[in-house]
Amino acid sequence: MAKMSIEDLKRIKEKTSKETSLRTGTASIKITVHMGTCGIAAGAREVMNTLMEEMAQADRQDIRVVASGCMGMCSSEPNVTVETEGEKPVVYQKMDSNRMRQVFKRHVILGEVQTDFALARI
Amino acid sequence: MREISLHIMDVAENGITAGAGCIHILIDEERIENRLKVVIKDNGKGIPPDMLRKVTDPFVTSRTTRRVGLGLSLLKEAAKRCDGDFSVESEPGRGTSVTATFRYDHIDRAPIGDIAGTITMLIAGNPDIDFVYDHVIDGNRFAIDTRELRAELEESLADPALLFHLKKQIEEELRKLATDRG
Repeated sequence: MAKMSIEDLKRIKEKTSKETSLRTGTASIKITVHMGTCGIAAGAREVMNTLMEEMAQADRQDIRVVASGCMGMCSSEPNVTVETEGEKPVVYQKMDSNRMRQVFKRHVILGEVQTDFALARI
Repeated sequence: MREISLHIMDVAENGITAGAGCIHILIDEERIENRLKVVIKDNGKGIPPDMLRKVTDPFVTSRTTRRVGLGLSLLKEAAKRCDGDFSVESEPGRGTSVTATFRYDHIDRAPIGDIAGTITMLIAGNPDIDFVYDHVIDGNRFAIDTRELRAELEESLADPALLFHLKKQIEEELRKLATDRG
């Protein structure tokens, strides 16, 4: 049976170990990708993939990414919610890779809410 | 759903919503027998017997946000239209197991798709949940158990760089499995 070898794992760990020490701090920004049936069918996986690419580049330890279920707004999926500490959460609608990149670079990093894609502030 | 891996992601997310701590995903591609089997098993709260009977009814859901529940009904229809079968077994308090089979070469069978993306993004979005991913192609097997990875790495698996590395590795292993007919 093919299995990943221990060496592979160690290699991955070496690559990422620089970040381990920083991982103890609490997250001040939470990004939720809504992954119900509706979100997944509409492309939430690709949105999540792009978000992780951006996370890898940004190398920020205070941002937490989570998946959640449908929030009942199926027609506007894929939805992404950005929650910054001390501010009201912003729900973005009809997300795709490009929109996700823009929201990450502008809203998450710079704090500018992207009203063009925003569905609501809750 | 354009890909079977998206169905898998959906059913796995259901399990997580049901409070599962570990999700088993098995994909068995029996190209010689012309059959594809997908099993998603969780150790969540399970489905009560009266609900289990109507779980693939698209107008039945346990959620209160809306009145339709499409996940399992879509997978059932996908399997049925590909000369396949679909079943859900569940025991309240113990967990749920969803099995779907397809005729491998059926013209309507969706491709398995980006399963590496499905697995890694499930890990990314649910860093506290464990996943066991088992992929068999013509008897050759490849498996990943995040419990083992976690023990080995002693850190969160949600690290983006690690996940992309893992994704590449899964893709590579699957390529090897698909071409290895020995």
